[in-house]
Amino acid sequence: MKILTRNIDRPNPAHIDSYLVNEGYVALPRALNEMKPEEVIDEVKFSRLRGRGGAGFPAGMKWDFASRDRRKPKYIICNADEGEPGTFKDRVLIEKDPHAILEGMAIAGYAVGAEYGFIYIRGEYPVGARILERAIAEAEKRSFLGRNILNSGFNFHIVVHRGAGAYICGEETALIESLEGKRGQSRIRPPFPVNVGYSNLPTVVNNVETLASVAPIILRGGNWYANIGTHECPGTKLYSVSGHVRNPGVYELPMGVTLRELVFEHAGGMRENRTFKAAFPGGASSACLDESELDVRLDFNSLAAVGSMLGSGAVMVLDDTADMVKVAHVLIKFFEHESCGKCTPCREGLFWVRRVLDAILEGRGTEADLDLLLDVCEGIRSTSFCGLGEASINPVVSTIKKFRHEYMAYIRGQSLAESSMEEAS
Amino acid sequence: MSADVTLEDVRQDAGLEETEEPLDLAPVQRIIESLGETKGMLIPVLQEVQKVYGYVPEEAADMVADLMGIYPSQVFGVLTFYTQFHLTPRGRHIIRACSGTACHVRGGKSVISKLEHMLGIGHGETTEDMFASFEKVACLGACGLAPVIMIDNDAHGQLDAVKTERIMENLREMDMMKRGE
Repeated sequence: MKILTRNIDRPNPAHIDSYLVNEGYVALPRALNEMKPEEVIDEVKFSRLRGRGGAGFPAGMKWDFASRDRRKPKYIICNADEGEPGTFKDRVLIEKDPHAILEGMAIAGYAVGAEYGFIYIRGEYPVGARILERAIAEAEKRSFLGRNILNSGFNFHIVVHRGAGAYICGEETALIESLEGKRGQSRIRPPFPVNVGYSNLPTVVNNVETLASVAPIILRGGNWYANIGTHECPGTKLYSVSGHVRNPGVYELPMGVTLRELVFEHAGGMRENRTFKAAFPGGASSACLDESELDVRLDFNSLAAVGSMLGSGAVMVLDDTADMVKVAHVLIKFFEHESCGKCTPCREGLFWVRRVLDAILEGRGTEADLDLLLDVCEGIRSTSFCGLGEASINPVVSTIKKFRHEYMAYIRGQSLAESSMEEAS
Repeated sequence: MSADVTLEDVRQDAGLEETEEPLDLAPVQRIIESLGETKGMLIPVLQEVQKVYGYVPEEAADMVADLMGIYPSQVFGVLTFYTQFHLTPRGRHIIRACSGTACHVRGGKSVISKLEHMLGIGHGETTEDMFASFEKVACLGACGLAPVIMIDNDAHGQLDAVKTERIMENLREMDMMKRGE
């Protein structure tokens, strides 16, 4: 089922004419001419669309909160700071179907009463940023954006803002700080951005994929969308599959596909003569699943139920050549580097977790270190200021729980001979 | 040291007189004029400044602070927070190798060692001839093509040591041709 990826295989897919061929910019005039803003919000509520950035918050509710706030101006921010390791789905939409994002933003603007939109795109996507700017110019020329859109009296302007390299800016309050020209450090929540966001005004922050789902929902109706996927998590999801599978790539599937089906039916299965060992189903900050969990459904609720998370839908698959201790080490080094430094548990805790992992990998570890790691990780999880610290320890905790024997091998000085990841490919 | 001795004297005694040409700061002013002085434009302004000079010189950062009415310490805070800002001159080409997990498990390390070996430099360093700067970065968002590197604005994927060598040789040739060597 192709909703989000319906346009990406066309020739010159990013051009406005390619978008218009397939009901592009049909939803926007329908919303502007035939629907009241409340009706647009209701339709998105009926769809039960949940935010695709990771938290899975109902998009319609977010819009509703922002629309009820009477202060102006309001802002729509498209979070295109796709920085979760293993995630590359938004890049596909940005580069191949930018108008779907713009149309979704304009509809969101109309629904909540916002006249300004920002696209915060990570600095590592220079090509995507240029494509978006070109698309905005095309849309303005045809009056799908800008002043008095299609003579409806509604104005909506979009500006592209390039990030400058900071993972934390994917967190919505850090993103807003960064847009305001500051260091990207998270704000305390509440108040939430829907009331106190950009310039302390009502702001909706939605992920690229969330916004790209909006036009189809307005066109076909919320009920149509709600019947795809699972009851709690409707719609299709873009899964970014990477790692040791035959065909890594982005796959659009109904929400709730099992890990087994995604890996073995869609991504071509494991590489030759290799077997599945583990997968991180929601990017670097999710708890890993092992072989016994291949039948878990990849949606927000099912993954939360097994102590992991869907996150952005970045499925990193590892085969029997993977050394889980080294994998955990690579991931924690990433979070240690990306910790913004604001709160102590995350900044100092991750440093010490990495140090203990260093020691284990160098053969200086003891079994007590594993308990120490779990203890420090729990401290980081429960006391960090924002989601970065809270989720950062998942790969360490889950690998200790599920692959303790690999840690023990290092501690006993018998690290698995053939398990070195570097030789894996 | 008596109070009459100025910092300037100390510098001169130590042979630290500034001999370099002063930097042309006109572009900084033009950038701020075109982008505006609102505080929210600080990051776009610094990005443009970096485009002009290849890095953000201290004098330019001070001028940005002055013209935008922001404390230099805040500008410096922003410059050092985001990994894409650089305070020292960089090479003509920027080579970024992904050290993210997806690339790591597909042999990214051999690509990184090849690059380090060919360039003779490590993470965050620039070759003496200013040909290239090298950085190990976290996830470039192209994990489907792992292992991945980025040369300037172009991503190169599904690499191994041999392919990396070929790409780097091409880059060196192109660079030499452009410089008329």
